Amino acid sequence: MTTQLPPGMNIETVDDKIMTLNVGPQHPGSGHMRLIIKVDGDYIVSCDPDPGYVHRGEEKMAEYRNYIQNIPHLERPVIHDSSNILYPYCLGVEELLGIEVPERAKYIRVIAAELNRCIYILYWLAIYGIFLGHSTMFMWPAGDRELFIDLLEAMSGARVTHAYLVPGGVRNDLPSNFEERCLRQVEYFEKRLKEYEAVFYQNPLLKARTEGSGILSRTDAIRLGTTGSVLRASGVDFDVRKKEPYDVYENLDFQTIVMKEGDSYARSRVPYLEMFESCRIIKDALRKMPKSGSVRTKLKPNPKGGNDEVYRRIESGRGAIGYYIVSNNRPEPYRVKISVGSFRNLICMPYLLKGEKLGNMPAVYWGLNYWPVEADR
Amino acid sequence: MSTIAPQFRLSRFIGSLFDLIFWVILIFSLVGLPIVFIVLFYIKLPVINNQLMTPYLAMTWMADPSRTLPIVKNFMHTTIFKVMAFPGFGFAALLAAATIFVERKFLAKIQLRVGPLYCGKIEGILQLMGDGFKLMSKEIIIPAKADKPIFWLGPLLFVGAAGAFVSLIPVAPGWVVANPNVGLLAVFAVIGFFPIIAVLTAWAANSKWTFIGGLRALHQMVAFEIPLILSLLGVVILSGSLNLSHIVESQEHFWWIAFLPIGAIVFFITILAELERVPFDLPEAESEIVAGWLTEFSGMMYGLIQLGTYLKLYAFAGLFVVLFLGGWNGPMVWPPFPQDIITQGITIGPVTAKFPGLPLFDQEMLNGTLWFVIKTVGVILLILLPRGVFPRVRIDMILHTGWYKLIGLAFINIFIALGLLYAGVLGPGGLLQ
Repeated sequence: MTTQLPPGMNIETVDDKIMTLNVGPQHPGSGHMRLIIKVDGDYIVSCDPDPGYVHRGEEKMAEYRNYIQNIPHLERPVIHDSSNILYPYCLGVEELLGIEVPERAKYIRVIAAELNRCIYILYWLAIYGIFLGHSTMFMWPAGDRELFIDLLEAMSGARVTHAYLVPGGVRNDLPSNFEERCLRQVEYFEKRLKEYEAVFYQNPLLKARTEGSGILSRTDAIRLGTTGSVLRASGVDFDVRKKEPYDVYENLDFQTIVMKEGDSYARSRVPYLEMFESCRIIKDALRKMPKSGSVRTKLKPNPKGGNDEVYRRIESGRGAIGYYIVSNNRPEPYRVKISVGSFRNLICMPYLLKGEKLGNMPAVYWGLNYWPVEADR
Repeated sequence: MSTIAPQFRLSRFIGSLFDLIFWVILIFSLVGLPIVFIVLFYIKLPVINNQLMTPYLAMTWMADPSRTLPIVKNFMHTTIFKVMAFPGFGFAALLAAATIFVERKFLAKIQLRVGPLYCGKIEGILQLMGDGFKLMSKEIIIPAKADKPIFWLGPLLFVGAAGAFVSLIPVAPGWVVANPNVGLLAVFAVIGFFPIIAVLTAWAANSKWTFIGGLRALHQMVAFEIPLILSLLGVVILSGSLNLSHIVESQEHFWWIAFLPIGAIVFFITILAELERVPFDLPEAESEIVAGWLTEFSGMMYGLIQLGTYLKLYAFAGLFVVLFLGGWNGPMVWPPFPQDIITQGITIGPVTAKFPGLPLFDQEMLNGTLWFVIKTVGVILLILLPRGVFPRVRIDMILHTGWYKLIGLAFINIFIALGLLYAGVLGPGGLLQ
């Protein structure tokens, strides 16, 4: 009996030596996605990432809600970095509707974004640690995250999904005594970060395992269109906060972290070093922030955008997030397209994993700073 | 927090207890007692010391310590007691359970956590019991295409091999289950079983993850068995015996770790690899191959594997103590048994109870056990420590370490031992003995 296959499909012939592994979605080392990995012994022959397991149609949902109603659900793709994923939306809508943001609100937004970046990177680092079998590096960042979660809870009232940034400023003013508390906790956190260096980054076994694995050269990193920490770990000095500064980033004192190696170790280290810069930004912003004033420009009820389109992008914990918003004289946006860093970093995964050992898979995979939920949107 | 069931009523609970007692008494007096008397009517009771041994007399004798203590003491020197209770399974399982609890609290302290807290009120001391009950109550799921007999056999074989390993460890002078003259060779033979069990169960489970995990376990254990054997040859050369008890006796003055530190380090690293502990936990690498060769085990089958793992951990730590840290040797710190109790007895009011069978254990045995336990716990803590500090290594790194570096170090260790022997420092007729 011969089976007629549909046109365009053919039966794959596989070498006996090759074993196909379905890593995920029900796998402790995959996240909400599937990697179809073919291994020859301990070596990976090919890797085929299969995202889309948690696609929720955020972009389509945004077309049925007005500009204010869009806020809470647009932060869902990355609840650990919710301020940063809302940031370009707010910037874009402000440009569409022609809203001026008060100076104090700009600083508060930057502080919220940097606190959230630290929360995200700590969460990412915790998973990076447990992926490499380092359980202490899972527990420490997961515990220290509480410092920033508490701060953002004091600011916005919610622990994870803040919905704090709104078009026109921030939702509410800072609580009293926030500056001293924030400064104290950030300074304590900087001390803790130095301990991470000793227990994790200078660990000889970690270095032996990640240095020289999954090397992404500078030209490949640009050609594949990677972004964020992956790009900077390959030696490209690109940070949206520096190159296209938004809000008050141009007034603040920080550096872009760049490493030349382009291996898993550099990709794991760049976000860690960026946390120091985030702390610097927070401290600097607290110093330069106007001590009083309005924090939100009130919008008209049910505001309508003109026949216009806008594209704004910011730097998040995982790279540049861009929002392309089209409006057509209606209270709802005509189209909201979200371009996220996770998805663009995922593209280089097949290139990096080909020829690697299976044991390097978690380090390379999670080193890409990939957040499956964000990539699926 | 533990809460009592919301519908709980104390009066009903006590009432149900009385109900239960009533029914037990009723059934016992209507069914149990007649059966007992019918049986007693037909069997012929023995005559001991010119007295008819009725059940009532037997009970009276059991309350008399001068008659029961010798029986208990004799029982303690039987093989079955040694296998089940003291140097064997019971003792090892108790230490293993303590190890699991200490590991969890110890790791939690490193990681700035609390660890088990609620179960058992005092620092979660009953957490392990709760986990054990949970594992027992869980369903055992067997993959449809598994090779069922071998899959069932795997955990039992694992615990059996670990128990065999435990039985070879001498705890105190004369207190060892099996004391063959080739004890160390027997240890090597038992260790050789573990990779076979891992590969068999991995193959029988018929899953890709178990298959990769089993092959990893095989590679790792075979790569580390050779440095393990070689690192212990130095001790054999110096002590001149393969019998573990003799090896302990030969360390009465000096521990072998003082002369063979390289061998001890190599042996310690191979222990970590053989036990599949961090940083060598590749066969169970979670983020790569789910749970390795344990992926398909569930319920008490997994519990048995865990029990076997911790028995193995105790046995390896004990072997380290026996070979390098002088086993039961140590200064006499256990107080001698007070002679008054034997000669005068204990007087409580008008009654004087005499205990002719005491002491149950002699002083040397208790002292030896104390030192052995202290040293073993120390070694176990050292084995647990890397889990809080190190990430996992890769399979090529582990094989490179095993086949090149550790074997080279083990050979250096053998040459040191031979040098000490031929220079006349140690060994038969040496300067130090």
